[in-house]
Amino acid sequence: MKINAAIIGPGNIGTDLAYKALRSEWISPLWSVGIDPESDGLAHARKLGIKTTSEGIDGLMPHIQADDIKIAFDATSAYCHAEHARKLNEAGVLVIDLTPAAIGPPCVPSVNLKEHVGSKAMNVNMVTCGGQATIPFVAAVSRVQEVAYGEIVATVSSRSIGPGTRNNIDEFTRTTAAGIERVGGAAQGKAIIVINPAEPPIIMRDTVHCLTREEPDQEAIKASLQAMLEEVQRYVPGCRIKNGPIFDGHRVSVFLEIEGLGDYLPKYAGNLDIMTAAALRTSELFAQEFLSVNATDGSRAGEKA
Amino acid sequence: MNLKNRPVTIHEMSLRDGMHARQHQFGIEEMVEVACALDSAGVPLIEVSHGDGLGGSSINYGFSKHSEEDYLRAVIAKMTQAKISALLLPGIGTVDELRMAVDCGIHTIRVATHCTEADISKQHIQLGRELGLDTVGFLMMAHMVTPEELLVQAKLMVDYGAHCVYCTDSAGYMLPEDVRIRITHLRENLPEDVEIGFHGHHNLGMGIANSLAAIDAGAKRIDGSAAGLGAGAGNTPTEVLVAVLDRMQAAHNINLYAMMDLAEDLVVPLTEKPVRVDRESLVLGYAGVYSSFLLFAQRAGARYGVSPRDILVELGRRKTVGGQEDMIEDVALDMARAQKGEA
Repeated sequence: MKINAAIIGPGNIGTDLAYKALRSEWISPLWSVGIDPESDGLAHARKLGIKTTSEGIDGLMPHIQADDIKIAFDATSAYCHAEHARKLNEAGVLVIDLTPAAIGPPCVPSVNLKEHVGSKAMNVNMVTCGGQATIPFVAAVSRVQEVAYGEIVATVSSRSIGPGTRNNIDEFTRTTAAGIERVGGAAQGKAIIVINPAEPPIIMRDTVHCLTREEPDQEAIKASLQAMLEEVQRYVPGCRIKNGPIFDGHRVSVFLEIEGLGDYLPKYAGNLDIMTAAALRTSELFAQEFLSVNATDGSRAGEKA
Repeated sequence: MNLKNRPVTIHEMSLRDGMHARQHQFGIEEMVEVACALDSAGVPLIEVSHGDGLGGSSINYGFSKHSEEDYLRAVIAKMTQAKISALLLPGIGTVDELRMAVDCGIHTIRVATHCTEADISKQHIQLGRELGLDTVGFLMMAHMVTPEELLVQAKLMVDYGAHCVYCTDSAGYMLPEDVRIRITHLRENLPEDVEIGFHGHHNLGMGIANSLAAIDAGAKRIDGSAAGLGAGAGNTPTEVLVAVLDRMQAAHNINLYAMMDLAEDLVVPLTEKPVRVDRESLVLGYAGVYSSFLLFAQRAGARYGVSPRDILVELGRRKTVGGQEDMIEDVALDMARAQKGEA
């Protein structure tokens, strides 16, 4: 038994997510929603056997009940998200937000997925690709000792960054910085994104710097980072610590590389994968929750009868 | 080359690009003193920001000694004729910092992107225009693209509302002919009321020659820095440029002797190490590497026992762009490991 889902936004992220969701044991991606009938992403979705509409969110709404859509992924832009979330929530659909709109609570699965279980949240925000890649490692340091300042630098290939992120570059830096504080546990967060147009495209790389309040406990931090890496690798196997941790006074720095699975865009676009894999993992947790509630209700109904 | 009566607006970089050379450690009083001297020498426009622009204060680029707001307020209060500009790199700074700088009283905002990524500047250029600023698009590492590609990106910035677009030689890699073909192509294809600017670095000793080529090809705004204070081997030294423009009878309003004096008496003593074409800054120009990588490569080289020159060449080979300072330590660590493996 799977939970039916819709993907809003058939761009790079939406299409990559569709590939991953089709392999899920818990989620069944039924609908792909776009606004351009000529869109490559919608054509792609049709090829994968997914129903499509090019009439935006309003093209999807009439099908919510009939197709029993419980979860929707929003992979459009921060500007569009508020309207999408409102309409979907009104129809009782849980929204997983892959834009940097950050209306709902932030979720980084390796760090705080469990907090969202039973939270009854109707909107969960996936922060940003840079946030998904780096916040786990800020959290890995902050669970050992106090982090006064966390800073991340995400470098992504030009080809892997679509118009949504380009128009929203400030939302990226703001949402990531807020996530470094709220989920990463740093007292102050700062995020930087650099876009590199080199050909062949570079693999996503991220640098995580933390300034610890006290002298860093090197052994404990190393162990915590390693454990966190294994946790992230459960859903993004191509996440690697390339160099570090480096300890320089109170500075702890880790240099990461994120290689994708190459589902839709080639493997260099790890920024895409980490976002879609994190969103899918989050949705699966909610799907399991929905299914277990249904099962419980079912058994109670049985008792009464 | 005849530049007689050609109008040139010189934009001073010593308090922004010069922040790189000083590891962003300008004192407020030092900055105000230099700014006042530039103002009385007749410099029309002076940039004040972290070397990597508003919001650049960070582990990655170095923390500024004071906040951007403190620098801007202190300097702007003292200007009699000079206007103040700020630099902003989308991805590092945001419109929040832009609004703060406007509140401090800046006249010009320069929005900088890598020469192929102009579309990330839309929010910031549009807001600059909306807020009534003189708004400039600043295309960095312009040696990495053809004049045709540069024009496509410049047009985006003009569409967003830029009054002026820069061809920026961030690596100090260009030769005068490289500058001439780029500026000519921009000048011939952008609307007449859009100004063209050129920002040079002196890594191959071409600061003056490139600036003259730019003016000759139609650029009006030229960046210079007192005593060359800037990243790498520094920027085009303003006092030298002014002397040359005087000889060529170009139209600018800067007093040469005042400019010479402030460069020599105020700016040179600020640097522990002279800003000049040394081995590593020459490599920046030769290999086409972002100028502000210089001091980071020297520090990483010393820390990990790797040649800074080799680090810089490797960064050039990996086609790094402005802002990728974090790659320097990463590359140095890779190289140190490779050296150990060989030993």
